[in-house]
Amino acid sequence: MVKAGLLYSESHEWVEKDGNVGIVGISDHAQHELGSVVFIDLPKVGKVIKKGDAVGAVESVKAASDLYTPISGKIIEINEALENEPEMLNDNPYGAWIFKVEISEPSELDKLLSPEAYKEIAEE
Amino acid sequence: MHKYLPHTEKDIEEMLQVTGAKSLDDLFSSIPKSLRLKDPYNIPSALSDYALTKHMQDLAKKNQELIIFRGAGAYDHFTPSHIKALVSRQEFLTSYTPYQPEVAQGTLQYIFEYQSMVCELTGMDVSNASMYDGSTATAEAMFMAYAQTEQKTLLVSETVHPRIIDVVKTYARYRDLEVVIIPHTSGSTDLSFIESFEKPVMGVLVQNPNYYGIIEDYHGFAEVIHQKGGLFIMNAEGQALSIIKTPGAYDADIAVGDLQSMGVPLSFGGAYIGYLATKQKYVRKMPGRICGITTDVDGKRAFVLTLQAREQHIRRAKANSNICSNQSLLALFVTIYMSTMGKEGLVKVAKESMNGAHYLYKKLLETKKFEPVFNKPFYKEFALRATFDVEKFEKTCLEHGILGPLHIKDHILLFAVTEKRTIEEINQLVELVVNEA
Repeated sequence: MVKAGLLYSESHEWVEKDGNVGIVGISDHAQHELGSVVFIDLPKVGKVIKKGDAVGAVESVKAASDLYTPISGKIIEINEALENEPEMLNDNPYGAWIFKVEISEPSELDKLLSPEAYKEIAEE
Repeated sequence: MHKYLPHTEKDIEEMLQVTGAKSLDDLFSSIPKSLRLKDPYNIPSALSDYALTKHMQDLAKKNQELIIFRGAGAYDHFTPSHIKALVSRQEFLTSYTPYQPEVAQGTLQYIFEYQSMVCELTGMDVSNASMYDGSTATAEAMFMAYAQTEQKTLLVSETVHPRIIDVVKTYARYRDLEVVIIPHTSGSTDLSFIESFEKPVMGVLVQNPNYYGIIEDYHGFAEVIHQKGGLFIMNAEGQALSIIKTPGAYDADIAVGDLQSMGVPLSFGGAYIGYLATKQKYVRKMPGRICGITTDVDGKRAFVLTLQAREQHIRRAKANSNICSNQSLLALFVTIYMSTMGKEGLVKVAKESMNGAHYLYKKLLETKKFEPVFNKPFYKEFALRATFDVEKFEKTCLEHGILGPLHIKDHILLFAVTEKRTIEEINQLVELVVNEA
């Protein structure tokens, strides 16, 4: 399932724009490919990140995958609830946001994928 | 037949036929000529059974059985006879790494028990399945602190064993990490240096008892270190932990050290075993393997490797550590030692060692040939400054079948006493000082 109203990256993260803040999570397709998530290594609040950086990792019963940021900026908040309940990433991938970024390069948003464009990648 | 290879000409011929190669040279033709060995191996020819036995006996005769008054990281404690008998069982001695829990319950259970006892000994929440030795375990603790804090500077007390500092520095160098030494004030780590250190740090490494045998008081350290955002790493030798305040009680974040002193023979310097234990919240940053307890499909108790940091196997380029194994057979030595000595036995060994060391300290000062170096509480090891020719004295000791103290520098000698040293042996050393030094 690809949720409408969000932007997507080719590395399967979603971004929701909220003023100058970008809220980031992983797509339904990503959680499905990973399988049951057992651990998430969250980034640190205050860290300045660049588009494409590996900022954390998601571990499932069958794989471990880097978590990339689709936008540049400063991390202002992380979803600490995921530390104890990483399975929320499977149960509700578009509800379980991972981190929030104060966007430093708004033009990067234009290069992200629309739900329609991402749907093509995810269904390939 | 080739010197050390069991294949006959016929075997080789048959294998070549299967591969389709015309000759051995043909088989290895994909390896560039410049990389191939041109001369035969520089290895002596095989000896007959008798000649080899004689050779080994001659080598063994060079060993001297000495009465040991030296420690500095490796201690002459007794290895009870039952340990050697039990670890020699082939189920333990020759078993492979326990990846298949269905055939490795015995090995997994003793690792689990080892971990449980290390936690109790150190006052920490979780322990891994053991490390290769105390020094490398300490370096791995630095990597954990770096992964946790992403800060590149580690403060290390000058009272930590210099060889441990060397290993930590070697590891730091190839990760581009910085090691800054905290000076000591008369044998104790200077807390005010940490307080006034301006750069952010990944953590602070101390040792207890320290290199000089002093039991340091680390009260207040955790608070200061945590305020700076760093991790508090404490190195402590296993045997001492049965009677001194534990790293856990000092709110240390990572406890590491050598466990050679718990049932493992000196063996000319190794193999030894290290431990690494931490708080629950850092369990994912731990190197090596961890054994957990669970239930199988029938609801029966079962042991299995768990929380294996995935990155060590899958995302290796990003791994925090490349240690995926443990020092299993020596962990078994330690497990049997701790479980058969029991809490009371461990304390008894520690107290006898301490009493012997304090008796020797008093007797040596009475000879008037030594001056105190530090006036601090100590466990089984202590430093004294000699007023005589220390090199000549070391030779005299050897002539009398004694391995004397370690000469640190500037006539400072480091003595160690274990429960194995009898009062007669201690008096013999004191006599030597009186008569020969």
